Amino acid sequence: MLQVKNLHASINDKEILKGINLEIKAGEVHAIMGPNGSGKSTLSAVIAGKEEYEVTEGSVLLNNEDLEDFAPEERAHKGIFLSFQYPIEIPGVTVTNFIKTAINSTRKAKGLEDLPAKEMLKLIREKADLLEIDRKFLSRSLNEGFSGGEKKRNEIFQMAMLEPKLAILDETDSGLDIDALKVVANGVNKLKSKDNAVLVITHYQRLLDYIVPDFVHVLHNGKIVKSGGKELALELEEKGYDWLK
Amino acid sequence: MNKFTEDDLKKELETKEYEYGFYTDIEADKFPIGLNEDVVIAISRKKNEPEWMTEWRLEAFKVWKEMKEPEWANVRYEKPKFQEISYYSAPIQKPKLDSLDQVDPELLKTFEKLGISIDEQKRLSNVAVDIVIDSVSVATTFKKTLNEKGIIFCPISEAIQEHPELVRKHLGTIVPTTDNFYAALNSAVFSDGSFCYIPKGVTCPMELSTYFRINEGGTGQFERTLVIADEGSFVSYLEGCTAPARDENQLHAAVVELIALDNAEIKYSTVQNWFPGDKEGKGGVFNFVTKRGLCEKNAKISWTQVETGSAVTWKYPSCVLKGDNSVGEFYSIAVTNNFQQADTGTKMIHLGKNTKSTIISKGVSAGKSQNSYRGLVQIGPRAHNARNFSQCDSLLMGDQCGAHTFPYIEVKNKSAQIEHEATTSKIGEDQLFYCNQRGIDTEKAIALIVNGFSKEVLNKLPMEFAVEAQKLLEISLEGSVG
Repeated sequence: MLQVKNLHASINDKEILKGINLEIKAGEVHAIMGPNGSGKSTLSAVIAGKEEYEVTEGSVLLNNEDLEDFAPEERAHKGIFLSFQYPIEIPGVTVTNFIKTAINSTRKAKGLEDLPAKEMLKLIREKADLLEIDRKFLSRSLNEGFSGGEKKRNEIFQMAMLEPKLAILDETDSGLDIDALKVVANGVNKLKSKDNAVLVITHYQRLLDYIVPDFVHVLHNGKIVKSGGKELALELEEKGYDWLK
Repeated sequence: MNKFTEDDLKKELETKEYEYGFYTDIEADKFPIGLNEDVVIAISRKKNEPEWMTEWRLEAFKVWKEMKEPEWANVRYEKPKFQEISYYSAPIQKPKLDSLDQVDPELLKTFEKLGISIDEQKRLSNVAVDIVIDSVSVATTFKKTLNEKGIIFCPISEAIQEHPELVRKHLGTIVPTTDNFYAALNSAVFSDGSFCYIPKGVTCPMELSTYFRINEGGTGQFERTLVIADEGSFVSYLEGCTAPARDENQLHAAVVELIALDNAEIKYSTVQNWFPGDKEGKGGVFNFVTKRGLCEKNAKISWTQVETGSAVTWKYPSCVLKGDNSVGEFYSIAVTNNFQQADTGTKMIHLGKNTKSTIISKGVSAGKSQNSYRGLVQIGPRAHNARNFSQCDSLLMGDQCGAHTFPYIEVKNKSAQIEHEATTSKIGEDQLFYCNQRGIDTEKAIALIVNGFSKEVLNKLPMEFAVEAQKLLEISLEGSVG
């Protein structure tokens, strides 16, 4: 599904990614771990198409299509979803209105009509129930005054609504207590299928107790220095990152 | 509100140029350019006005000649050449019309382009529309329903003929001819406008709406509106404005006077999208407006405005809270793009006891525009326990526009409580990327963010107009981000 080939990317002429290779197949869960500053968030931003980053070499392919010339919204339409480490506030725009706009924008890109209000509402309710989200939450301003847990849950709610092919969870566990973490992880697990894939980016192993990866990669200094199964995460937990450097 | 957004907006957003920039070919009855006593008298004659009205205009003209154009606003423009403007333009029409069939088909086409088909208005929104096109009202609907309640809603020229006692008693009492340069000019040469009287205890059964638009090249528009809500009555009034695109600057200097007698309430909403000039700052309407309302005991006046148009705006809808326990409100969204300049706000003059006022002002600036909020909160010595809450929020797009806030607070009574909050924010790259990542393109994302920012004010508009206003916000910000 996703192929990252020899990816080099820089911001303000500083090279952050120095030749990443990664292949994710449908139905798989991959985890990228690494110390602060290793390039984890840069990788997710580059895949999502954030314009500040310049791809200097290599490519990112989604279902064999090079994403280079596609704007962030076009990548989203193709099924890439990024759960933000720091979700952005948009005052005055409700969670419902935001997700409705997102869904209809994606439908429009696919040449579909807007989803009728009734069906939209049904879908929203269904997904809100799946993630144990209070209905009142849906009429609040997007991320404004949300707790850390609420923000992350909202990200997963949007993911559930948009049904992406590839979901990238960027430090989804940061700022979450253990209960919130369980709810979020549980949501992700419910949304997993043989047709989609998940890329979990995390600093700590604890999220991986709940979202169990098929593969774990260690990112260091802009390169993947080690790959393995889920046991690699445990090893990292025990030994830290230093032994890999 | 939501159900209209997507489809309609998609269409709207496709048009890049000012979409109302067409010109209807209606034969106009137009005065030669220039202004002197003879022109003032001629305007008055043309309207068959009684002697007192002619005198009143001449008085105003005398005052105006001695006045100087104000320069304190935070706007820069080339002053209009007052002797190069034609002061009267009326579409040549049969004077009285009983039905739409009698309206010039060209005119009806114009209405359609504006999206204000009268039929649709009648059928869908239950709105009585008194349409002022180039200064003379040509169609008035719903008169009958209003008549039954004793409500008078007609062109002010007609009111001068048929209800001279009401007009004479109230005209110029809220905005005197001496008030300011533009009010004096308006008093001398106003061609028409609307008059509305709601009798005691009557709640007006529908939104009253007037559409103004400037149609004839080179003519200034001087509208005069007088709304009187008698004791215990209620009226909601909407003024919507559009002007066709023209190269020269057009002057618009309207005066609106509102009178809310004891226990009465007036809600006055404006949606203004006059031609803002093109991307280079060429052309556009000068909008120098004086709007003021008087509240007697327990009365309430609420101004809501959505301002997206005009090259230069100078406008401060105000409330004089004379009666005890009276309430004044001002809710405003002002959007400026390209080279637009707006200096707008309100004055809340607290004279009576326990008077309350609320000011919510939202300014959105993009392009190279300048957007200023200017507001005065004044508490008089007898205004015990007066309260004011003011909130001014500015949203900036790009790094070449400006947002300014000029709050003035004058308090002469120790029991007053005044709060002022102000925020300035910028539409950030991060906000846009977040929206983009969810599949929302940048143009739509800006619309979403701006609508969210303006929500508190949009919510104050009557439903139908909230939809229109939302569209206007989006149209006027097109192309504001590279």
